[in-house]
Amino acid sequence: MGELRLMKGNEALAEAAIRAGVDGYFGYPITPQSEVIEYLTSEKPHERTGMVVLQAESEVASINMLYGGGATGKKVMTSSSSPGISLMQEGLSYIAGAEIPCVVVNVVRGGPGLGDIQPSQSDYFQAVKGGGHGDYRLIVLAPSSVQEMSDFVPLAFDLAFKYRNPAMIMSDGLIGQMMEKVELFDPMPRMTDKEIEEKFPWATNGKPVGKERRIITSLDLDPARLEVHNHHLQKKYREIEENEVRYEMFDCDDAEYIIVAYGSSARVCQKSIQLAREEGIKVGLIRPITLWPFPKKQINELVEKGVKGFLSVEMSAGQMVEDIQLAVNGRTRVEYFGRYGGMIPSPEEVVEAFKNKFQED
Amino acid sequence: MTEEIIIAGFGGQGVLSMGKILAYSGVMQDQEVSWLPSYGPEMRGGTANVTVIVSDERISSPSISSFDTAIILNQQSMDKFEPTVKPGGVLLYDPNGISRPPERKDINIYTVEGARLAAEMGNTKIFNMIVLGAYLKVKPIVKLENVIKGLRKSLPERYHKLIPLNEDAITMGMKNVNEVQTV
Repeated sequence: MGELRLMKGNEALAEAAIRAGVDGYFGYPITPQSEVIEYLTSEKPHERTGMVVLQAESEVASINMLYGGGATGKKVMTSSSSPGISLMQEGLSYIAGAEIPCVVVNVVRGGPGLGDIQPSQSDYFQAVKGGGHGDYRLIVLAPSSVQEMSDFVPLAFDLAFKYRNPAMIMSDGLIGQMMEKVELFDPMPRMTDKEIEEKFPWATNGKPVGKERRIITSLDLDPARLEVHNHHLQKKYREIEENEVRYEMFDCDDAEYIIVAYGSSARVCQKSIQLAREEGIKVGLIRPITLWPFPKKQINELVEKGVKGFLSVEMSAGQMVEDIQLAVNGRTRVEYFGRYGGMIPSPEEVVEAFKNKFQED
Repeated sequence: MTEEIIIAGFGGQGVLSMGKILAYSGVMQDQEVSWLPSYGPEMRGGTANVTVIVSDERISSPSISSFDTAIILNQQSMDKFEPTVKPGGVLLYDPNGISRPPERKDINIYTVEGARLAAEMGNTKIFNMIVLGAYLKVKPIVKLENVIKGLRKSLPERYHKLIPLNEDAITMGMKNVNEVQTV
């Protein structure tokens, strides 16, 4: 068993970055995720693993540091919260186009605009539909516990490098600020330059003698060639959709109705389904762990099993519900309940909403 | 066993650290815990609260709206959280700074004069540990030895010399709980 600690989600994520052998973290403080850079600077990771931690001058600078660092095959990471992530969208689009692996963490807060600093999930569309310009996707993982804030760091890097694609960990102020028990994984060494050279033939570490020049760019002025590149990206995205869907199910076996919720709202809904079952309502919960790729197939299977209705519970104004509707494709009822602006639904409130939506059944 | 607690008072009273020590004590006896603070543009003198859950089972929602126990340390928190105690639950408060005592008839109510006792012990910083002691007397959900272990784990080494003082404060709180009403 790994080391057991009581930590905030943000701290667990920062510790996981050091242990996952991350080479560089570049970020700019913003509530509710400032503990990430606070923890990283106080831990002096350059003394532990040689990891570089730099407070950039802005979020725009941070994301472009990821572009540069990631292009050399290094494990690079940034974190921010909603307004800061919006500033990164141009860079993210370039990174996706140039196929550079990296990890971006969004500890979401209430919006739009500068909004507030309380927990929210209202960046769902931005995360799962691309966010910046052009046809691209981020791999999006949604932790719902402090343990997953730690575990998803190495997972996000594995996926990012496997597909040469940026990966996002989409958390929120609740998961970031709360403390839970976390079992820390054993430290993994940072990759050596030799290992990087052997494993990543695309990495731009300087032209090796006798080998081809390597070029990483998101610019190609020839539309025919750019279409070929887009075909390649789309093929990769289909592969990710096929292979990387992750989810968790609670009490779905005999469920007549299914609540769909992720991240902190999935925690709330775990209590809601307990409360509903105490009243004899057969309701289950499916928790997408990957928001993209979305667990369409699993929802489809539940539709085929005869589930009477789905309720999307979000801390946003009806975003994920659209992905559920796409998966269900009109074959059964899909309803939505949510709180927003930084408000967290209570478990009882979700049960009430469920009854209001489906009570005539 | 699942105990859902809200601790609420002024910023600077040690509300968040009391919750943290309680959570750490739960960890020390292999229980599941969650600690969810109010966070925001808050400051010393403003309100602060923390939800702590200690359970033998996996914790579903760390964010809840009703509580087995409310530990209340100022009037604003009394107004806000008295109605959220589950029927049959516990409300523990320090009467100093409370202008309107609780009125519920369906809950167990206790007081501890944490602020006065801390002043008598000559250190206002141990106020929160006195209150924690009073709570553990009413609801012994964690053992004192595990609280001490939790303190050792959560305090930086340079403060370990203060652990005996904290232990005394907890004991002081345990000895000075007043029962107002039980149901």
